[in-house]
Amino acid sequence: MMSRDEFKTIAGNGIWKQNTSLAQILGLCPLLAVTTNAVNGIMLSLATILVMAISNLAVSSLRNFIPHEIRIPVFILIVAALVTVVDLLFNANLHELYLVLGIFIPLIVTNCIVLARVEAFAAKNAPLQSTFDGIFMGVGMLWTLALLGAMRELLGAGTLFGGIDMVFPSLHPIQLLPESYPSFLLALLPPGAFILLGCMIAWKNWMDARAAVRAKRKPPMPVATAGCN
Amino acid sequence: MSSAREYSPTGMAARTAATLFVFVIIFTGLLSGAYLWTKPAIEASAAEEKMKLVDEVLPRSEYDNALLEDTLTLPATPELGLSESSTLYRARKAGQPVAVVFEAVAPDGYAGKVKLVVAVRTDGQVAGVRVTQHKETPGLGDYVEVKKDKNKARPWITQFQGMSLAQVAAHDWKVKKDGGRIDYYAGATVTPRAVTKAVLKAVKWAEANRNQLFAPPGAPQ
Repeated sequence: MMSRDEFKTIAGNGIWKQNTSLAQILGLCPLLAVTTNAVNGIMLSLATILVMAISNLAVSSLRNFIPHEIRIPVFILIVAALVTVVDLLFNANLHELYLVLGIFIPLIVTNCIVLARVEAFAAKNAPLQSTFDGIFMGVGMLWTLALLGAMRELLGAGTLFGGIDMVFPSLHPIQLLPESYPSFLLALLPPGAFILLGCMIAWKNWMDARAAVRAKRKPPMPVATAGCN
Repeated sequence: MSSAREYSPTGMAARTAATLFVFVIIFTGLLSGAYLWTKPAIEASAAEEKMKLVDEVLPRSEYDNALLEDTLTLPATPELGLSESSTLYRARKAGQPVAVVFEAVAPDGYAGKVKLVVAVRTDGQVAGVRVTQHKETPGLGDYVEVKKDKNKARPWITQFQGMSLAQVAAHDWKVKKDGGRIDYYAGATVTPRAVTKAVLKAVKWAEANRNQLFAPPGAPQ
């Protein structure tokens, strides 16, 4: 079982301290491609939460059978197989949801967040903790991508929740700025995503620094993970 | 992992390989099982998807045959921008040809190819056009896709509906900026221009091949 403190640490690490996008700077490739609006960002994150929870659970349960030397190929095998099975099951049984989330699931296979968490957490911890770690890493990604997507579409096109009608046909995007708002293309293209993500990272560091000054002590350094895209 | 000392290097390698092999067998089995189990459901929904797309360009009331089974295989057709073979669907009512539904590609979009599905009636009239795939700039050129068009009452792409070469001369199948009669939204002309050109080419191609496309059922092709 898991103590309350342990749960709090895992949740805090996922949502803020080791936030995948802002602290670990992982998975930038799907991040840049997908966050042209908030809805896409949220959808990718939901798919990621699901995949990370399942793969962390599987790897953590099997961790005692995996020789250390070949752990990476085995992790990749497990993650890729599970993602494909999830993809097939979604396609067959939840087709409506698949049409919305489906295009994001193959994107996740290439996402190094999944492998990074499997290697850094699930391979060393019990199944329950690992599952929660996967979920909360995904939740951290969820709010980051939602915020980044919302900023990009607001600056770029003056709307909010564009594409929501693809998820819920009865809802419509909100036009926040007047129709006459000239599109700001930079925000919609990948360089705009880099610039805004940079601003968000700066904001997080500023918040952390302020909190550190207030607490009159240095915050613990985030655990460094293997760098990839 | 403490037991590693008991093995010779070759034994260690063999043991590691065997472990990896077992994992591969287990997870490949899992994959095959999931694939076989979900296959029928996935195929059924793929056919349904195709019908949904066809429904957008050609109303079901206009034909009564099993359109997905009455097909022609098109070879790579440069006139339609197709570099690979594709499938053309033939709609009939009471055995008489009504329309054909086929793919076309506009090769000169702002960001690569824009894929279309076009339905042309026997009289050469466009029954409908839809964009199925594109990489145009979000918020600018992507209004050629109905879902992204802000004008929900009369999306841009529906302008082609009902147009035919008999009513509209070929030189009018251009965006207004180029002297034609197709509207476009300010700021993005490359995409609508490419789509318009591809639709014109598709209509011309259907006209040129009408004897073959609208052959009665069973006729030699």
